Amino acid sequence: MENVMEQKIALELRNITKTFGSVVANKNVSLKVRKGEILSILGENGSGKTTLMNMVAGIYFPDSGQIFADGQEVEIASPKDAFRYKIGMIHQHFKLVDVFTAAENIVLGLKDEKRFDMPGYIEKIKAITEQYGFELDPNKKIYEMSVSEKQTVEIIKALFRGADILILDEPTAVLTPQETVKLFRVLRNMKESGKAIIIITHKLHEVLSLSDNVAVLRKGEYIGTVKTAETNESELTEMMVGKKISLNIERSEVENRTERLIVDKIDCNSRDGVKLLDDVSFTAYSGEILGIAGIAGSGQRELLEAIAGLQNLDDGSIIYNNPKTGTKENLRDKTPLEIRQMGVRLAFVPEDRLGMGLVGNMDIVDNMMLRSYKKGKSVFLQRKQPKSLAEEIIEKLEVVTPSASTPVRRLSGGNVQKILVGREIASAPTVLMAAYPVRGLDINSSYTIYNLLNEQKKKGVAVIFVGEDLDVLIELCDRIMVIGSGKIAGFVDARNTTKEEIGIMMTKSEPHNSEV
Amino acid sequence: MSKMNKLYFKTKSHIVKRDDITWWKAWIIRVIAVLLAMVVCGIVTVFLTDLNPIEMYITMAEGALGTTRLVWNLIQNTAILLCVSLAVTPAFKMKFWNIGAEGQVLIGGLATAACMIFLGEKLPTPLLMLVMVITSVVSGALWALVPAFFKTRFNSNETLFTLMMNYVAIQIVAYYTLEWSMPKGSGTPRTLEYGQLPVLFGQKYLINILIVLVLTIVAYIYLKYSKQGYEISVVGESENTARYIGINVKKVVLRTMAISGAVCGIAGFLLVAGTDHSLKSDTAGGRGFTAIMVSWLAKFNPIFMILTSLLIVFLQKGASKISEVYRLNSSFSDIITGIIIFFIIGSEFFINYKIKFNKKEENK
Repeated sequence: MENVMEQKIALELRNITKTFGSVVANKNVSLKVRKGEILSILGENGSGKTTLMNMVAGIYFPDSGQIFADGQEVEIASPKDAFRYKIGMIHQHFKLVDVFTAAENIVLGLKDEKRFDMPGYIEKIKAITEQYGFELDPNKKIYEMSVSEKQTVEIIKALFRGADILILDEPTAVLTPQETVKLFRVLRNMKESGKAIIIITHKLHEVLSLSDNVAVLRKGEYIGTVKTAETNESELTEMMVGKKISLNIERSEVENRTERLIVDKIDCNSRDGVKLLDDVSFTAYSGEILGIAGIAGSGQRELLEAIAGLQNLDDGSIIYNNPKTGTKENLRDKTPLEIRQMGVRLAFVPEDRLGMGLVGNMDIVDNMMLRSYKKGKSVFLQRKQPKSLAEEIIEKLEVVTPSASTPVRRLSGGNVQKILVGREIASAPTVLMAAYPVRGLDINSSYTIYNLLNEQKKKGVAVIFVGEDLDVLIELCDRIMVIGSGKIAGFVDARNTTKEEIGIMMTKSEPHNSEV
Repeated sequence: MSKMNKLYFKTKSHIVKRDDITWWKAWIIRVIAVLLAMVVCGIVTVFLTDLNPIEMYITMAEGALGTTRLVWNLIQNTAILLCVSLAVTPAFKMKFWNIGAEGQVLIGGLATAACMIFLGEKLPTPLLMLVMVITSVVSGALWALVPAFFKTRFNSNETLFTLMMNYVAIQIVAYYTLEWSMPKGSGTPRTLEYGQLPVLFGQKYLINILIVLVLTIVAYIYLKYSKQGYEISVVGESENTARYIGINVKKVVLRTMAISGAVCGIAGFLLVAGTDHSLKSDTAGGRGFTAIMVSWLAKFNPIFMILTSLLIVFLQKGASKISEVYRLNSSFSDIITGIIIFFIIGSEFFINYKIKFNKKEENK
């Protein structure tokens, strides 16, 4: 640790502020990273980590504040400028040409060379891979590569251009645990040779095992920097999630609790073999709101889509208890149509409202029809019922719209969501799943949605609520299931839990399975 | 610190999407576009040929509407183009880029011609007609199903696939044209005697026009009021939404392409049995491609397509007339048609977007 302190500062940010319209993405953020040091930038989704680093990499330009590279004040207006100051960023979404080889991608766009000397470049690439312990075949084409190999190409690309400051945005999000171990080994080697490394992450255990210092951001604001050796999970969690805020969402007691949906040991893998869902089991009860908490991309989407019939599973079962007939149905690998034909009344408010739940270019009436257009034997559409439903929802939920024949894309986010939730509830569901239903909504619309969910709960619907705001989850739900990297991290009773407890479970990977 | 406030706006203007535009404003923009197009065409005309542009426009109108025969000719051509446009519309609405209408029309025409040649003498006329319609519809549909099958099965690129299928169809028809020519091998297409569509009220093309009119209304109702039409819209707007509500996307793609090909088959049938009474490799005459423009210009509304197809046929006929009268080669008429269509399509940009001029920002 001592020699780290003595070393020169590679990059320093002072009072960086960046706004997008009325949204403040970063407010007076100051950071330092030294040569031969690994700095983690920790924060929840939307805390402004990526925006901040994009300013260092020349993608965005700060509204105010200063950036110093190697002790000199610099102005970074483009990625080219960033490279001039030896800053390289590895984005979450790789920017590679699929049909080119690794080496071709690495040298792509080099201008200062007099002669295009491919064998020479390959030698240089091999030298880099050996120095830091990468595994890469420079002649392999990108389309033949796994995600982890592509990431390696991106890192070498930055090193090849002489980057001394490396920024990695959520580098482990797409990696398997084994690949993560390899990556960390390489990063430590780079640190040894004096590179400054910044990793953006929200995984606490990675922070603790890899970095020297941790800078925490919350809602765009800089909270502070702590030494990894002198901190622990609960301190970091508190810095990340902040103090509890009271929201006064009403919560009724659970009545007539019966098993409605039993998810048993489901597994789901991505094409690259990354586990999206790993041995997930839980039960959703009627008359209860089950919250699902977790960092975005921990498998929430896959879980809901598997239940809704949009995601095939590799293992496990999803059993639905039909309250009318008393029969049990397995919903696994069924299509949404088959699920409906089985008499399962499942409502789903997906995360992507205009891309999945609704059709933006269609008017409100036609969007109402999405669920019901098939009814009846006629080959023609019945617009009468959807129209009265549309008018009913507009009136009851106070949707602000010129008319029922306005395309939904022209409505504001809150009104779009009221239309979607209103339609899903109209089908008198027995299970209601809602993914981030209040994301981007103003306070009033959010409360309308909470009330609708509560109403459904009182009617005996099994409500599954995927949320990101822990304060909301704690006040609205009855039970909260915490999910991390596709695994269940545990269950808590929402009436007797704290944000810190959930926060630690969210960011820790060891599971402790015991349903409350 | 003043350096940090430097603004990075270098362009003088930027483009903003319009929220909405009233229908009359949209039409004003379109009319202005046509007027501008005529001015530009006038300038080009004077520059290239020293002709009086106003006289030229009069000649153009005469070429399209000068005599009763020309008017019928115009309407008949409009009807055929409209028919092909109706055919491509469901596919395009589904965002399935069917560039293969040309081939699908030809295959429909080939099937019709085959029936007329081989069954003409054997079957009574009404039965022959029925067989001709069925074979042309089925063969057009099958031809269109090939790319649709590969798209749904292997996610192949439908644009390239349908385009390539055109060349296959053209060569097959070219082969049979020679095979069936009179005398055999001469290359002169045989006039098909049996199975010609009847002449109604002394008007040779009336039946074609009526059939297409009925098709237009059916297509309008199908797209707007039927469940299948609704499914096409949903799949076209968002495949994710379609999956979410349980639409079988593959089934819809196959069904819609079959319909698209079937209507192309009808166009081929009308061309061979109703208009040309013969089959050549250029029977479709590029309509498979022009139809795409007709369909887009009308924003996939079959009723508007009557107008857009009329406009395009009018331009084509008028332009060929000026080439003829002023002894210019046909490239000149293509230039004029091209300029006018360019302006009309360009006007859609100004209907959807507006240009905002940035105020000058001073760099300190």
